[in-house]
Amino acid sequence: MEISQEKSVLVTADGTPLKISLARAQRRSKIVAFSMVLPLLIFILIAFLIPIADMLSLSVDNSITKEILPKSVIALQNWDETSGELPDEVVFAAMVEEIKKAKIARKHTRVGQRLNYESSGFSSLFRKAGRKVKIIKKPPYKEALIKSDKRWGQIYTWQVIKQFSTEYTDGYYLAALDFKRNPTTGKVESLPGKESIYLKLFWRTMLLSSLITFLTFIIGFPLAYMLATVSTRLSNILIIFVLLPFWTSLLVRTTSWIALLQQEGVINDFLVLVGIINNDGRLAMIHNATGTVVAMTHILLPFMILPLFSVMKTIPKSYVRAAVSLGAHPWKAFWKVYFPNTGPGIGAGSILVFIIAIGYYITPALVGGSSGTFISNRIAYHISSSLNWGLGSALGVILLGIVLALFMLYDRIVGIDNMKLG
Amino acid sequence: MSSLPPYLSIPERIWHYTFWVICGAVLFFLIFPLLVITPLSFNAVPFFTFTKEMLAFDPAGYSLVWYEEFFTSLNWQGAIRNSVIIAFFSTIIATFLGTLASLGLSRPNMPYRTLLMSLLISPMIVPLIIAAAGMFFFYSRIGLQGTHLGVILAHAVLGTPFVVITVTATLTGFDNNLIRASQSLGASPTTTFFKVIVPLITPGVISGALFAFVTSFDEVVVVLFVGSYRQRTIPWQMFSGIREQISPTILAAATLLIIVTIALLTTLELLRRRTERLRGVTPS
Amino acid sequence: MKKFIRAMAATAVMVMVGFVGQAMATELVVVSWGGAYTASQQKAYHAPYMKLNPGITIINDDSAGSAVAKLRAMSQAGNVTWDLVDAVASDTMILCDEGIIEVIDHDRDLAPAPDGTPASKDFGGFIVSECFVPQIVYSTTFGYRKDLVSRPMSSICDIFDLKSFPGKRSLEKKPINNLEWALICDGVAPAKVYDVLGTSAGVDRALAKLDTIKSQVVWWTAGAQTPQLLADGEVIVGSTYNGRLFALIEEQKQPVAMLWDWQVFDLDGWVVPKGTKNKAEVMKFLRFATDTQRLADQAKFISYGPTRASSAPLVGKHATLGIEMAPHMPTDPNNAKTTLLFNYEFWADHRDDLDARFNAWLLK
Repeated sequence: MEISQEKSVLVTADGTPLKISLARAQRRSKIVAFSMVLPLLIFILIAFLIPIADMLSLSVDNSITKEILPKSVIALQNWDETSGELPDEVVFAAMVEEIKKAKIARKHTRVGQRLNYESSGFSSLFRKAGRKVKIIKKPPYKEALIKSDKRWGQIYTWQVIKQFSTEYTDGYYLAALDFKRNPTTGKVESLPGKESIYLKLFWRTMLLSSLITFLTFIIGFPLAYMLATVSTRLSNILIIFVLLPFWTSLLVRTTSWIALLQQEGVINDFLVLVGIINNDGRLAMIHNATGTVVAMTHILLPFMILPLFSVMKTIPKSYVRAAVSLGAHPWKAFWKVYFPNTGPGIGAGSILVFIIAIGYYITPALVGGSSGTFISNRIAYHISSSLNWGLGSALGVILLGIVLALFMLYDRIVGIDNMKLG
Repeated sequence: MSSLPPYLSIPERIWHYTFWVICGAVLFFLIFPLLVITPLSFNAVPFFTFTKEMLAFDPAGYSLVWYEEFFTSLNWQGAIRNSVIIAFFSTIIATFLGTLASLGLSRPNMPYRTLLMSLLISPMIVPLIIAAAGMFFFYSRIGLQGTHLGVILAHAVLGTPFVVITVTATLTGFDNNLIRASQSLGASPTTTFFKVIVPLITPGVISGALFAFVTSFDEVVVVLFVGSYRQRTIPWQMFSGIREQISPTILAAATLLIIVTIALLTTLELLRRRTERLRGVTPS
Repeated sequence: MKKFIRAMAATAVMVMVGFVGQAMATELVVVSWGGAYTASQQKAYHAPYMKLNPGITIINDDSAGSAVAKLRAMSQAGNVTWDLVDAVASDTMILCDEGIIEVIDHDRDLAPAPDGTPASKDFGGFIVSECFVPQIVYSTTFGYRKDLVSRPMSSICDIFDLKSFPGKRSLEKKPINNLEWALICDGVAPAKVYDVLGTSAGVDRALAKLDTIKSQVVWWTAGAQTPQLLADGEVIVGSTYNGRLFALIEEQKQPVAMLWDWQVFDLDGWVVPKGTKNKAEVMKFLRFATDTQRLADQAKFISYGPTRASSAPLVGKHATLGIEMAPHMPTDPNNAKTTLLFNYEFWADHRDDLDARFNAWLLK
């Protein structure tokens, strides 16, 4: 500051040095500014960020085995799973006692469900044990339990229980990336091709989202350019064509694409009518990736056009005129002068479209069929149908990671302060 | 459209017209799906297809039965009411908190501005399905799942980034000298706020509020998870309609929603023109 | 500005009053599947009950599709807002195992048959869980477009016969039922289906059979999709719940016929969430809604079979169409020549695994 270079210290009316007074004022201003932001920050923290952190904890949580079978888990610590022998009577006794207790609290099947994710059959094993243990009254527990179901006499069963009794697990993340921990060796192995889905699904989600982003850019750019260059009166009218779909419920738009794209739909009817295809050759444009891409391109197009338009509006027409008058070909002037200036708009539009697309759930669920569904559909499936909340959360966290990485990239390239909305 | 300058070469002229055709096609692509919905909502049979009778303009192919169902069924009545209630309250919360935060963010010397901004707009960045899942788990724990309050709070969170972005955008060009001028002329901070700041940010606040309103009004993923039947909104009802009990009632609902949208947009446009006229600026 | 604030305050007050007004009468929230099914329950159970008990209002909540997750969430939060839920048997077992729903004493809580037979006997083997009050037997089966096939379809294996029946077919986007059908048509003895399916090679075999028609399959996720697809001519044949097909054929008069071969029976019934605030009221309603006459009444509106032995003779004509309902029931001897019963135990164990296999196969 220049003040510090002065020999004599400047003071305010009440005698404090100006420098101190300024610093104080600045600090006060900072506090005021921060306290204005604080309510929203707290609100977002409680209503939004904590829920997401909660999901994060679900994706690694494995407390269920320890919670319901605490003694058995501790007893199993002393068992050498590579010894080739069954655990001893202590383990069996603890297991019988704890399944009895869990049966009363109706929690025994939760352990079964958790272990069933790692190895099929545990669900019925624990359900059956819940029914049978009440008749086991006295030792030897080992023989009695094995008699109730021979699977209790297999070393593999106990290996699984021991392997997946830790407080936290990476099992859901492994499953979400098509890996699995071998219960016998404890090593991580990749699933055979016929069982792996999630990597392919992530890849497809990214691919289709990129395609949709690219299509909205190709389709949206000329229109945004046109809107930005015609007279305000005309652009005010034409922008309605963009705003109307933008403001219309996405379900309305998805519904109309169902009506348009289906086999007996408007587009196929029209193509048959004009003779481009015959009646037996109707195109399959819905319940597949085509349906998802077409409908989502339409739905997300305004998210590309509006940021592009708002940026293009601010580019002075004189730039291109200057370039042309200096001898540049109109194309070159456009490409070298105008186009680079649309950067923030393209960045904002693309990132917006891509981020919305990658997490899309509704449209793929309704028109995607089996080749047009996204990772979100699997997340929703695990949360509301299969009840494998851990896996659903792990998939969600991975998707979130991808989005955040993209967002940071965007922030580095464009800066979030430059984000504009129509 | 201005007439073409006379010095353009033939390829340039061709390109010019091609360009207009392309733009026309894009406009058609944008608007056509909305136009298709309307006739189908008058279908006499409960399917999404144009029947032969409809194509022949036979009156027997048309019917108002789906509109009747929309206005008389309890499901839809409740959905309309819930949509309005939830959108209304979540917009108020989002607008109030969002505007306040934007004013803070736009003050000079705001510390950690970028970090705060990222946190504040994070609800817009995080995919809806993840937000919905997290809220479902957490709101269940604290007893907000399946309540109006839960859905309102969830929607308010989703709406705030739009308010923050639009209001800070109006404030980026803000000349802080205006505040100094006002204060040095003897105005109290309150007067300055209402006489200087409010008029300047009002357009941003209104458009942010509208974004927040539409976000809530249109939102379906979060309401499916956080809400229950009692919080069913119009999109909730439409989604379960498309999946569970396909009937053109949802097309009737869609048509009416489009009409509401058109009315809303027209009002906005008229308001904008009125403001411009009052300001003495003629629309160019 | 003042006017605006006043208007907002007025709206807020009105909304609050609306909330309060809503909570006055005793409301029972009954969760079901929506559409024609809820309508049949409303006509057969809810409306007569509300007439007899003017103090009670029954609210329909059409979210049975996500009921398991929501019930689990409600029970975790200790905030149960549902009073009675319509659930399929397999979901009931999970919920009952986890202690989320009430155990029912069938003889105490439910009405005996008119001749005095206790409820547990009247329902017989349909009581698959101690928390389950059976309501209907439904089946997942096929309907085909009569006008789009060269000859009537009569065997489940016609689904896999692209030569004789070219065109798209719709199947549920789940391994359940599809894998069983594939194995039966691949020559596995129906009694051995689950033994084969329990092995990895058996799953490969079933998927290989499905591979032969994969390109021609439209996968559905909601029961209403197949009727829609059939009506639109999008598919020539498709699986769905038999009641949906009945509505399509008899009420909407579409040119569709039934293919009952190897239909898969499943049960649907009522469960009472633990922690409902209206337990006493809801048990009274449950007793009423599952008595012999009421179960038979429901069959007047939709073609699902009543689960009480004593209801079967009372099944009469459709309420509006006037046709005999018995021949449209999945349990009618003519329709039930070859059937599978949903194997709860097998699918409880193998659902996660086979679901992953099935989805991986879909992605290929």
